[in-house]
Formats: sequence, structure tokens, C-alpha cells
Amino acid sequence: MANVTLRNVRKTYPGGFEAIKGVNVDVADGQFCVLVGPSGCGKSTLLRMVAGLETVTGGEIDIGGRIVNQVEPADRDIAMVFQNYALYPHMSVFNNMAYGLRNRGMKEAEVKTRVDEAARVLELTPMLERKPRQLSGGQRQRVAMGRAIVRQPKVFLFDEPLSNLDAKLRIAMRVEIRKLQRRLNTTSIYVTHDQLEAMTLADILVVMNGGQVEQVGNPLAIYEKPATTFVASFIGAPPMNLMSMRADEIKSQIGNSGDAGILGIRPEDFVITDQTPVGGVALPLTVEAIERVGAETFVYGSRAQDEQRVAATPGELPPGEVIVRIPGSEAPPIGQKIRVAALRQKLHLFSGDGRTRIEA
Amino acid sequence: MQKQAIFQSRLLPYALVAPQLAIVLIFFYWPALQAVIQSFLLQDAFGLSTSFVWFENYVDLFRDAAYFEAVVRTFVFSFAIAATSLSFALLLAVMADKPLRGSMLYRTLLIWPYAVAPPVVGVLWIFMLHPSLGVLSRYLRNMGIDWNPLLNGDQAASLIILAAAWKQISYNFLFFLAGLQAIPKSVFEAAAIDGARPMRRFWTVTFPLLSPTIFFLLVVNIVYAFFDTFGIIDTMTRGGPGTSTVTLVYKVYSDGLLGGNLGSSAAQSVILMVMVIVLTGIQFRFVERKVTY
Repeated sequence: MANVTLRNVRKTYPGGFEAIKGVNVDVADGQFCVLVGPSGCGKSTLLRMVAGLETVTGGEIDIGGRIVNQVEPADRDIAMVFQNYALYPHMSVFNNMAYGLRNRGMKEAEVKTRVDEAARVLELTPMLERKPRQLSGGQRQRVAMGRAIVRQPKVFLFDEPLSNLDAKLRIAMRVEIRKLQRRLNTTSIYVTHDQLEAMTLADILVVMNGGQVEQVGNPLAIYEKPATTFVASFIGAPPMNLMSMRADEIKSQIGNSGDAGILGIRPEDFVITDQTPVGGVALPLTVEAIERVGAETFVYGSRAQDEQRVAATPGELPPGEVIVRIPGSEAPPIGQKIRVAALRQKLHLFSGDGRTRIEA
Repeated sequence: MQKQAIFQSRLLPYALVAPQLAIVLIFFYWPALQAVIQSFLLQDAFGLSTSFVWFENYVDLFRDAAYFEAVVRTFVFSFAIAATSLSFALLLAVMADKPLRGSMLYRTLLIWPYAVAPPVVGVLWIFMLHPSLGVLSRYLRNMGIDWNPLLNGDQAASLIILAAAWKQISYNFLFFLAGLQAIPKSVFEAAAIDGARPMRRFWTVTFPLLSPTIFFLLVVNIVYAFFDTFGIIDTMTRGGPGTSTVTLVYKVYSDGLLGGNLGSSAAQSVILMVMVIVLTGIQFRFVERKVTY
């Protein structure tokens, strides 16, 4: 039981590359914190710094009121689940889980009680004598979990633990991890690049990009009010439509006075209608492609040439392309001209560089 | 699908294989056969008369105390060389596996000794440890050690073991380093988080995971110590002082070419051949098995 606090944590490699550029995160006792971001954003490095596997070159890492910057991984009272599970291939499942306990000089009877209990919870009891190579991917993953929970540490660290599993098992294990964490009520930090995993697991979500924290908060709050265009496009699938607008366009379309900016509208906030809601926006589109996923349908539309009042931000969406999400039963034919509209309160407005959210 | 070459002529395939077959027959089977035949013969000292004596050469060998001494000595040398060279190589590999600056440089440097020919190794070490010329001998004597491998058989033996082990360290180092790098780093990290201190981590994780490599190298090193140390022994001690560094291979040479007892020398060669076959068999049998932990 412990809170984890990162204060202005930095990591600069000897070559001068700055992997972590000052991160501040506060994870309260028992909370499930998810670090999410694209690959190379520094989330795994940050987790490994909390674990003590990477040195900290600036700032402080505080676990349960103790600054652990100089503390060995073994003495931080943490347990980690690795992406490749990192099981000891020459040890049985039982010994894999018992290793950390025996290293700490625990009595053999107590070791057995704890391992048996963990095996029962994770449904590994019939496999205790097997070697890791005789297990399936999902079972190995559970052994890795078991190795973490037998220790009863203050903090669990997860480094993309589900990314080596197939899609179905991943969803099942995601739920398992959440239930387990709720029951044990152990502070957890979980790294993933999968925004769906991030949204479903997190009490507190940390969106990272380029070694910096873009936004911290409750997952739904982040979804509803992304602080930057990066967060807006990273959280939510398919991504938010982003369109650069000139100052006069913003003035005429939404009535905000100010500089040029970026307008964001989530695909699910559009409706196909001929009316323009008061204060909202409407876009005439030509249907280019349709993706039917069953429960919903994604319409990829391009704005007509003479309607180029709003142009896409370079790199975010192909010029003129807008994604609209509609219920699965409807689907306009390709080539048809449609008109989509979004309500005033569903619009997101960002500064021209995408770094600041402007509350309309 | 099986690959099958189709030849127009029936003779062509034979003609293509012939050079290789000729080499194997002339340089391997012919001498081996000669050795077997020779081992049944007894020649007088001047090579004037030869008589067929069946297994007498073998019987004499097994009755000869000096031969058994050589057998024991060869085994002692082999295990000592293998153990010394394996432990130093493992130590170096574990050190070199750490992400340190310039690691490529010293990894390369550590591999170089393997390129040195055995007789040259012998000469190098005798230069350093020769009782009157050696650079290191002075220090040893200053430390109060009566160092004279030319007179003291045990010292000569340890010198041979040292030189032979030194040469083999590079080879072992390469395999150990490769073996270490094949183990995912996260396994060591998991062990570190699991509270295993470096020494315990080594004995409970690194060492067991390297055991297939260790076993493979053990066999290779014993074979090396058995057969490839001739050059080192010949340049350093010539089997002396007395017979204190005469191994089986060296005895074949000294009995046959120096002592003129070709029959006994041939019989010893045949026994060595059988040993090579057994060792190679063991090696293939176990090395072919993939995972042994």
C-alpha cells in the first residue's frame, strides 16, 4: 500500500538524448495508473525508472513517502510484469513464483501457502510443476502475474503485459487484471500503447508524447476534454477530426473571436442531417469509403472543393477527409453527397499549434 | 521437396566426388589403416626385421606403468585445462556482457589469442616463465617461490595447463558471450526485482541458463586438451622434466619418432583413435539435443 509520486523526473542518456523531459505524476494509494502513448514516447523508460532498472538523471521518484532514486530494484518493494513475461525458463511454475520469496529468506511453509494461494486465484494449480516452455502464452502471462502477486508488494508495475497475446485473450486478461487489482487494492502503474486498454483499465490516465506528459486525469475526462490535439487524436478510435481554421472562419462558424486555431470534432459527434444546429457546424461531404464493423459504420467523406473553408491539419488527416461514425444499420452509398452536423457543445477548439485547448 | 540433380552421364557424379574421396582415403583412412597394421608388428631398433606379433604391443602397453601414468596425466591435464579455461572465459564473458563503453574493442581483443598457433603460445609463455629468461619468473622468485619448471615436474605441468587454458579462453569466451546474449535481459531484471543479489543471480539464473553452452564447451575443451596441446608441450617442455608432462599424444610421438618403437606408437594411436570416436559420439549425442535445462 503506497502512493507513487514522480516529481519533475528526467532521463538524459549519456549521448545527450533526453528521453524523459520532466514528468510530474501523482498516483494515490490503490489507484490504477496507465501510461499511454505512441512507441518511443518514453513510457516504458519511465516505468523502468520507477522499477529501478534505469537510472534517474533528474527529479525524484517517491514510493510510499520514500525517495527511491538510489534504492536498488529489490529494495523498492515493487513487482513487475514484463512484456515477454521474463519467466525463468529452467524453473517450474512453482519455483518461478517462489523465487522472489525465497530470495528474501521466507520460510518454506509460508512460501508454499502464498504460491498455492496465487496459483488458485490465477487457476494455475494444475500447472505448478510444469516448465514455462510447456505453457501457452496466456498461461505464461498468468505465471508472470502470479510471480508479482505472491510478493504482496507496495506497487505493481506492468510493461505492456498483454501485447504478446491474441486479441481475444487480451480482452479477457484485461478484465482479469482489473479485477485482481481491485481486489488486492495495490497501487499499479501500467504501460500500454493501446488506447482502448488505457481507457478501460485506468483510474488515472497519463498520456505521454515525446518524453513529456500531454495530459493527466480521469480517462473519461481526458476523452471529453483533451488538452492538446495530440491527446485528441490519440485517445478515441477512430481519431478526432482536426481542421485548421483561420481567425475569420472561427469567428463566422463558431462565433469565437481570437486567433487562428484548430477545430476538432469526434467522428461519433456527427449526425447526418440537413439542418445546422444553432451555434454548431455543418459540413457537406462526398462519401469516399465505408467501413462496416457491425454495431457501427464509419463513413470516410471528403469535403467538396468549393467548401474548403476548413482544411485538415497536415499529418492529422488527409486533406479534406472527415471520418463520421453512424449506427451500423445505416450506410449512404459511395459517391453520395451528404451533409453532417455537430452540436456546439461537441466542438473542441485548440490553439494554432495544437498545444492548448481553448474553452469556447 | 527433395532436391535431386539429374546427370546425363553415370560416371560424372563419381568423378565429382572422387577428389574428396581420394583426399579422405589417402590422408585419413590410409594412415589409420597403416597405424592399425603397424600396431600388430614388432620392429627391431634399426628397422631391419619385422615380425607379426598380434596384440603383443597392446598387452605390453597395458602392462606398462608409464603408459597408465600418461593416461592419468592426460585426464588430469584435460580437466584442469577445461576447468581453468572455462571459468576464466565465463568470468570474462559475464564482465564483457555489461553495457560498458568500448565493449566492442575489448570483446575483439579477447578473441585474438585464439588466432595464435599452439607452438607460438608455448614460446610466448616460456618467454615469460622461463627460469632464467622469464619476465614473470623474477617476480615469482622475489615472492619467495622457487620457480623452475625445467626441473620441477609439477610446475612444468601447471605451466602447460596455464598456457593451454589461456589459448582456449578466447574460444570459450565467444560461446559464453553468445550464450549470455541469447538470454533475454528482462530475465535478469526480473531476478533483480525478485531480490536476488548479483552472486545469487549468477548461480540461480545465469549459470543454469548457460548449462547447455557449458556442457558443449566442456566436451570441446577436453577434446582440445587431449589432442591439440602437442605443440604447446613440444615447445615448452618436450614432455619433461622426466616424463612429467608426457600426455598420450606426446607419448605417441616420443615413443615412435624419438624412441623408435613404431609398433607401440601405432598401438597407442589406435587407442587414441577409439577415444576420439567415443568423445565425438558423446558430443554429437548431447549437443544435438536442444534444451538441457
